[in-house]
Amino acid sequence: MKYDIAIIGAGVSGASIARKLSQYNLKTILIEKEADVSFGTSKANSGIVHAGFHTSWKYLKSRLEIQGNLMFDGLQRELGFPFRRCGIIVAAFSEEELKHVQELYRQGVENGVIGIEICSRERILDIEPKLNPDVIGGLHAPNGGIIEPYRFVFSLVESALKNGVELFLNFKVEKAVRSRGTWMISSDDGQIVEADYVINAAGLYADSISAIFNAELFKIIPRKGEEYLLDRMSPAYPNKVIFPVPSGKSKGTLIIPTVEGTMMVGPTAEEVEDKEDTSTSTEQLNRIFDFSRRIIPSISERDIITSFAGLRPALESGDFYIDVSQKAENFIQVAGIQSPGLTAAPAIGDYVKDLLKKLDCSLIEKKNWDPFIDKVPRMRNLSHYESEKIVKENPQYGNIICRCEKVSEAEIVEAVKRGHSTLDGVKFFTRTGMGRCQGGFCTYKTIKIIMRETGLSYNQVTKRGRNSKVLMRKLGGDS
Amino acid sequence: MKEYIFDCVVIGGGAAGMAAALEVEKSGFDTAIVEREEHLGGILLQCIHNGFGLHEFKEELTGPEYAERFAERVQASSVKVFLESTVMELSESGEAAGMHELHCYSSVYGVFLLKARSVILSMGCRERNRGNIGIPGSRPSGIMTAGLAQRLVNIDGYIPGEQIVIIGSGDIGLIMARRMTWAGCKVHAVIEIQPYPSGITRNIVQCLEDFDIPLYLSHVVSEIRGKDRIESIRVTPLKNGIQDEENSFEIKCDTLLLSVGLVPENELSRKAGIELSPQINGPLVDSFLMTNKKGIFACGNVLHVHDLVDYVSRESRSAGSNVVKYLNSTLTGVQNKVKAGANVRYVVPQKFNFQGDNQFYMRSMIVKNGAKVEVRAGNIIIKTVNHNHVQPSEMISISIKKEELEKISGIPDQQLEISII
Amino acid sequence: MEKEYICIACPIGCHLKLHVGADKSLEVSGNKCKRGEVYAITEFSEPTRVVTATCRLGLENLERLPVKTTKPILKDHINPLLKEIYSLKLEAPIRRGQTIIKNFMNTGVDVVATRSAG
Repeated sequence: MKYDIAIIGAGVSGASIARKLSQYNLKTILIEKEADVSFGTSKANSGIVHAGFHTSWKYLKSRLEIQGNLMFDGLQRELGFPFRRCGIIVAAFSEEELKHVQELYRQGVENGVIGIEICSRERILDIEPKLNPDVIGGLHAPNGGIIEPYRFVFSLVESALKNGVELFLNFKVEKAVRSRGTWMISSDDGQIVEADYVINAAGLYADSISAIFNAELFKIIPRKGEEYLLDRMSPAYPNKVIFPVPSGKSKGTLIIPTVEGTMMVGPTAEEVEDKEDTSTSTEQLNRIFDFSRRIIPSISERDIITSFAGLRPALESGDFYIDVSQKAENFIQVAGIQSPGLTAAPAIGDYVKDLLKKLDCSLIEKKNWDPFIDKVPRMRNLSHYESEKIVKENPQYGNIICRCEKVSEAEIVEAVKRGHSTLDGVKFFTRTGMGRCQGGFCTYKTIKIIMRETGLSYNQVTKRGRNSKVLMRKLGGDS
Repeated sequence: MKEYIFDCVVIGGGAAGMAAALEVEKSGFDTAIVEREEHLGGILLQCIHNGFGLHEFKEELTGPEYAERFAERVQASSVKVFLESTVMELSESGEAAGMHELHCYSSVYGVFLLKARSVILSMGCRERNRGNIGIPGSRPSGIMTAGLAQRLVNIDGYIPGEQIVIIGSGDIGLIMARRMTWAGCKVHAVIEIQPYPSGITRNIVQCLEDFDIPLYLSHVVSEIRGKDRIESIRVTPLKNGIQDEENSFEIKCDTLLLSVGLVPENELSRKAGIELSPQINGPLVDSFLMTNKKGIFACGNVLHVHDLVDYVSRESRSAGSNVVKYLNSTLTGVQNKVKAGANVRYVVPQKFNFQGDNQFYMRSMIVKNGAKVEVRAGNIIIKTVNHNHVQPSEMISISIKKEELEKISGIPDQQLEISII
Repeated sequence: MEKEYICIACPIGCHLKLHVGADKSLEVSGNKCKRGEVYAITEFSEPTRVVTATCRLGLENLERLPVKTTKPILKDHINPLLKEIYSLKLEAPIRRGQTIIKNFMNTGVDVVATRSAG
């Protein structure tokens, strides 16, 4: 198939670019090596919409962060993903930390962060009563927020697809050849995509993709972050995202109220070699909990539901690398998109569109572009009367499959219909299996619904694609 | 919205719910059971092994048989059963004092409202999972709770994997070791963090020794390996409670089953404002098994995790008969406190009364032969019962007759303390 | 010859030693009661188990129907029995207690359904 644009990588960057480009009369293909979109770095994101005070505007990442932050309200109206501007605080526990907070404040003001303020001890405890009373003051940025990162990516892709973008999953780019003015891109299993322009949004593998296209040589250094998810019943659930005063490379271990009511502590920051090493360790668990308990004393290991780890695709420079390739023709690099990549993503879409313009790509706006996608009713958000109405229309809404997160059969069916046919895909779309029982009761039901809706056989249902099968064999044989 | 009014609504149609509902219905009260699944019976239906019913029916039954005997009684009674229905919210009625409201969702009945003078919580428990015990390592597929595997194998006929390791020597884990072996799988090991098995001896012998499955006591799984599907685990012995990494070893496997304990399922209760025991996660109840919310009772595994379904049935009948007294306004009596004493992890209920007999259930924190269970009120010994053997995995029950409490009945605020010595 | 067993007659779990004499006489030690002796001798000479398993039924929500042996059977007979149970395909309706396999290998042991269906 011949396309105008091929975007490699359906994480939050690729998805934002795809949606942006769906506004124009372009034939665009989004290519993802995993079984579903957002299954790389994006799914393990902390889900914070950053406020824009952590780094100076001199960095590209900071400029895009500030611009991106402002775009979320509009996007939420159009796409309906879970997002709340709950505000961010930085808590200081010593005079020295307080000095650092003042620097962050100045930087924030310089960057144009709306509403940023320095708080006294009294004020910060008023804003966030769960804080350790030893706090002596801090910073408050009310424009920061929380989001479900995978749902954000899902909705961006859905919107892009609705407006004509195509999506190839399980397509791992292995080879690329430029011939007669177009790129011929082949996958490891022999599929071929032809495109005039290529955008490298391959996250952790942006360096290998760049090499495959004979473009710039650089190295993505995976930086692992372990996170722990706590039960929604945890007494520690805060109002605000809480940052420690930063030190070193990372923004430190955070305490995050998730937009769906659970809470997270993490991430750690540890450079690793292996781009698939998303393991968690006891040492980091202990570190995270010791550290976060100093900020909110009621945080407890007892409330852990699950843990996970993600890898930030960092470049040595620490900044984003978004530019037209100087070596490969019609090739745009979108690399090094680590934090605040999620916040910056909407702005990255715009930025890449401008780079395409620079490459003389013809950008004619579609007349019938539809920014909205159909929202899926979520039983946990409906009143009993709303539920009654919707169950009357479709009884599957009355069949509660996931008791912990109150997910109905209809929501799972909807997830599968929208292309999420792995257990993790369904989980991220619906939250089924994401609660305290971690799928102990609902997994077999979800598997059956996936089988029924997709026609897949039991041994084709996977956790997240490839060989992550869940069921191996039928008792007494397949006959 | 469709509304129904009952004297008593029972949440959950497993062993506890059925026994409790039958007891209430027997006295002529309008009773309903709300059950999520398509059948009455709860988890018993997937427990196809035998060993149930020795106390209740004086014969050894399998889980489905035990469940069906009760289900037949329910079907023959006037108890109204709402299958495939989930209680989404339990709250106090805004209109009438002493009435409870249950909003239920169902694909069969739609969204409906039950109003009830009394409610029995019998939602059972859930399994602890990987997150709860914090096993480090990667997150491949092939890791699931033993109960989920039991469901998949025994009801749906799906085998989750061939090369199995089981964490936890609780009875479900042991039973699953035999089940997977009988299904043609290879069970390589059972890993137990405690220095003693968590399950009963019969299961150690018949589920592990019969198949030469090694049981590693005082060992933990220190790492899970594998990208897409689990490939191996690292097992590390504990030496004085500390991981002895030098002597750790690897076991190749494609499936890891977790049998690492059960927790009462109490989200609904907590949202309804019912006070829970931080120790056992079940509701705090008085000697009538009534929670801090008037008219709401609890029984079975939602209250505390039992090891014998026969005890669940007995406890639930007792909850049911208390509901009958409550509905007849004859449930009265001062409630005094019961405390867990030496070597006792918990006692349920947490209160006693002087008006009748009291039945207590408890768990030992020690393994001991020739133990005594002692009930004291201050310096006065109320009762002592000899036990040949106690261990944490076996629930102990003790009943105290009304007459046995006479010697302390005059003293106000008298507390009982139950110890194992 | 010596064999070791853990008694399952009660929760104490006595560690039993069974001594087999040259004249094939059996002597049990380590037991606290008579039941231990009986247990060790039975486990040695003819160990038996109740077998529970499932047969294919194929209903939408009940793929497998649980069954059990009416009496304990010799351990040596378990594998052939399981093979036969797994090879069966039952048809609903089925009542609890219904015989599925009659007099397995002339042992006098039947296999019966432990759940009703259809």
